[in-house]
Amino acid sequence: MSSRIAEIRLVSSHREVYEPCDDSFALVDALLADRINLIEHKPKICMEIGCGSGYVITSLILLLKNELPGVHYLATDTNPIAARVTQETLQAHGVEADVICTDIASVLEKRLAGSVDVMVVNPPYVPTPEDEVGMEGIASAWAGGENGRRVIDRMLPVVDVLLSEKGWFYLVTLTSNCPLEICLVMRKKGYASRIVVQRSTDEENLLILKFWRVKDEESLDKETSSESFVSQFSRYLSSFMEKRWR
Amino acid sequence: MRLITHNMLSCNIKGVTNGFPLKIESVTVVEKEVDFNPDFLRHMFAKIEWKALVEGARSMGYEELPEDSPDASELESDDETFLRKLHHALLELHLEEGALVCPETGRKFPVNKGIPNMLLHEDEV
Repeated sequence: MSSRIAEIRLVSSHREVYEPCDDSFALVDALLADRINLIEHKPKICMEIGCGSGYVITSLILLLKNELPGVHYLATDTNPIAARVTQETLQAHGVEADVICTDIASVLEKRLAGSVDVMVVNPPYVPTPEDEVGMEGIASAWAGGENGRRVIDRMLPVVDVLLSEKGWFYLVTLTSNCPLEICLVMRKKGYASRIVVQRSTDEENLLILKFWRVKDEESLDKETSSESFVSQFSRYLSSFMEKRWR
Repeated sequence: MRLITHNMLSCNIKGVTNGFPLKIESVTVVEKEVDFNPDFLRHMFAKIEWKALVEGARSMGYEELPEDSPDASELESDDETFLRKLHHALLELHLEEGALVCPETGRKFPVNKGIPNMLLHEDEV
């Protein structure tokens, strides 16, 4: 039986490309945890923005390919070397996605609008000085400017344009990115949200958020009040603070 | 890059209003077999710009697609001849080496090892 996610020994690498790390593993864990839902969701087009080593998109394909044969996968990265490394990782696992080197997804925004059923993003989220944002090479994989939000904030409207009516969006964030604020930005665009995975490592506190479009204002209120992200966040924050004070 | 993706790409140089479809200059085309999936093809057909697909396929050496977009009945027909051709054009032809050319400005975007490099120069953003 073939492995369900990408194998580290088959993931290609390069010194200018971000290697799979805790954040990548947390994102793949979130996709694994949601696998049954993803299969029932029956996506036709799945996409990753910022594919880096290719670990995440390859894992997504492997997770779904047996149950869902007809899916088109796309991956983009602003770093040409990362795009190539992703291609190598895909090939090493014998799976297929079209990889494009572009800034976020700018060359796809017109024609792919409203078509992406599943979007996954592990953005450059590390808070850094502003002038480190958008540099070439590996820095583009992590430099996020103030609060680590510079690139995330550029991505959110693009994701909103690309997602289909039933589109789902998985996003890696840190507590220092003010994830609650990100959820509120998306809520204004009509999305409900929840935390799929939360993980504290020595260096960072990771949250994998999932967003989905809600048809009308009323059900958005219902979705956000029942298993509300505000209460989810306060639970998360209090458990985190507890750990920290101990 | 396959034609299904080519059909979604447009040139986004600042000021360009007609950046689709990108003209394909092919140097190396590779064919890889993919499982035939009629449901997927029917779903994608609605999103495809037919003329761009026909021209793209032709520039990659595949001339079997009909010039005019077939109507929906052909997608439902028991005769799978058309769907098989669509399948081959969309999913089995890979542009490995070549370029994509903006129809308005003539700017060339290289395709190496199957990956189009669509990054813009500073003065194009």
